[in-house]
Amino acid sequence: MTKKHDQSLSLSRRSLLGGATALGAASVLNSASAGEVNPDNLPPNVPEWTPYLGEGVDANPYGLPSEFESHVVRRNVEWLTASAESSVNFTPLHELDGIVTPNGLCFERHHGGVPEVNPTDFRLMINGLVDRQLIFTLDDLRRFPQTNRFYFLECAANGGMEWRGAQLNGCQYTFGMVHNVQYTGVRLSDICREVGVKPSAKWVLAEGGDSAGMTRSIPIEKILDDCMVAYAMNGEALRPEQGYPARLVVPGWEGNMWVKWLRRLEFGDMPYMAREETSKYTDLMKDGNARMFTWVMDAKSVVTSPCPEKAINNRGVQLLKGIAWSGRGKIKRVDVSLDAGRNWQTAELHGPVLEKSLARFTMPFEWNGEEMLIQSRAIDETGYIQPTIQALQAERGVNSIYHNNAIATWMVNKDGSVDNVRLG
Amino acid sequence: MSGLAKQKKAGLLSIGFVLTQFSFSPVFAEQRPFNLGSIATAEQVAGWDIDVRPDGLGAPIGAGNAIDGEAVYTDRCASCHGDFGEAVDNWPALVGGEGTLASHDPVKTTGSYWPYASTMYDYIYRAMPFGEAQSLTYNETYQIVAYLLNMNDIIDDDYELNNKNIGKIEMPNHAGFLIPDPRPDAQSISGDPCMNDCNVPTQIIGKARDIDVTPENES
Ligand code: HEC
Repeated sequence: MTKKHDQSLSLSRRSLLGGATALGAASVLNSASAGEVNPDNLPPNVPEWTPYLGEGVDANPYGLPSEFESHVVRRNVEWLTASAESSVNFTPLHELDGIVTPNGLCFERHHGGVPEVNPTDFRLMINGLVDRQLIFTLDDLRRFPQTNRFYFLECAANGGMEWRGAQLNGCQYTFGMVHNVQYTGVRLSDICREVGVKPSAKWVLAEGGDSAGMTRSIPIEKILDDCMVAYAMNGEALRPEQGYPARLVVPGWEGNMWVKWLRRLEFGDMPYMAREETSKYTDLMKDGNARMFTWVMDAKSVVTSPCPEKAINNRGVQLLKGIAWSGRGKIKRVDVSLDAGRNWQTAELHGPVLEKSLARFTMPFEWNGEEMLIQSRAIDETGYIQPTIQALQAERGVNSIYHNNAIATWMVNKDGSVDNVRLG
Repeated sequence: MSGLAKQKKAGLLSIGFVLTQFSFSPVFAEQRPFNLGSIATAEQVAGWDIDVRPDGLGAPIGAGNAIDGEAVYTDRCASCHGDFGEAVDNWPALVGGEGTLASHDPVKTTGSYWPYASTMYDYIYRAMPFGEAQSLTYNETYQIVAYLLNMNDIIDDDYELNNKNIGKIEMPNHAGFLIPDPRPDAQSISGDPCMNDCNVPTQIIGKARDIDVTPENES
């Protein structure tokens, strides 16, 4: 890599700085990005990459993104958790287009690290209230009829830091616990027919083979409706951190239920009240009582550009980009406001708009150095309207941690830098 | 809040209430349509079926009290969770927090928050000590759960916790859970939302930049 390339890389890294330095970083970027340009590469000159042969095939047997994109990575907030094995990182939503999240950028949430499951020794056990307790190998799973579906997966704690106010200055940190991939696998309803579910079975305990032994209870109606055991994502085997070699897919419901490294499904006649559905993933209300079994992810949207990591660099026409999703079905419409929610315009929704999947929206707008307060508001096919944080707080208080699907506000400053702000 | 008031408190009775929310369509026994997989033996199932339900179903035969639990807990758990479950550094606290759930800073522990003692047995056996999953004996697990219950003033220190009574321990916050899910909530508007001249708060009352807890990343 030439020296000039190094420079441009470090500048784009710097533009990612959040917090107190965002303003400085953005202005550095604005003034310095002109200096990055190497006139030798611009017309009418022949650019440096043209005269010579480039790398041959197999330079990377498994292809990687351009080195100029090395800042596009998952990131974590170290002070949030006591250990990296029980922690979370975030999808860089602000760097992505379309609706598909690349496998290597799908956020991670583990409770006991990533187990290295040998696919030869992988077994899925089905026990409890069934006619036949069975054990499946990975090869068995691959021989079942197949289904291929796009679904979003969102952690119920996505945005959990923002209940009381604007805390983290980034789209990645405040919305990045969501990803959207195409899953390939087996319908749970087919597995149910194979084992013969007894009429008394009303709940299924899904259990992971990781060191957390992740467990969640899922009502049988959901299992039979649209759940699947997935062994592939975006066309290739699941990534280890996403549950290799097989995970549960629970469309539209909170990510914690999508048990990774799946090892067992037990059919029973009552919920199991695992730690993850009592101590965690219950939503504490103002009065000290907690909602339990709040599975569905309500409709939500976010503007992914501009955003705190994506400053505006030039005056004139801009393209606003964002994503929207709903656990209750398809996104029907997304509105965008540039003035704190006082006036709204309907954004262009790009296809495909699928059920329980991310949908992409864009909207052109003009910026000429003025302050702007940008918001987006999703409406799903059930008529559900993404609420304001005030409406959520009035209903639930500020201690619930989970299920914050409120409208966020990005403030564009006069220098083009962008802040996560709270209005009141 | 009226929606909340109408909800039932969770408990074994209201679990039945949840179930009536669904119309159940059983997948009745038929011939195996695919003939895939092999029959799981009782021994195979016993090795993997480690869950313990609120009614105690699944609890392995064993027993222990808090007096014996103290030494095991100190040896295996205290380095992260503290000698009295008060937590070391950023690790979770396991004891205390009574009366804080409705406050500005709720402290959710096994004592103040968890609705079932069975969950303590189930979780500690399957996942703790952190990084040494399923390494405790059944008796050690009963002893440690008894110790934590005693630290939380739920049982006496000589109370023998076992597979017969683990499903009968009355936890302080047993009635603190609300089902079913009352959402969609927070929908102040029905029909089309306001598009123009909407009456909304537009004052900036906080900026993440001022709180300054965002990591400054270098890749
Ligand atoms: C190395 C540190 C460490 C040790 C030792 C340890 N734990 Fe933990 N414990 C953790 C972590 C980390 C978590 C949270 C895991 C997660 O995120 O899912 C946890 C969670 C728990 C919880 C659930 C807390 C809650 O509020 O949901 C209980 C109960 C618990 N531990 C009990 C024990 C017991 C009992 C022992 C000893 C047998 C033990 N732990 C040993 C680190 C530790």
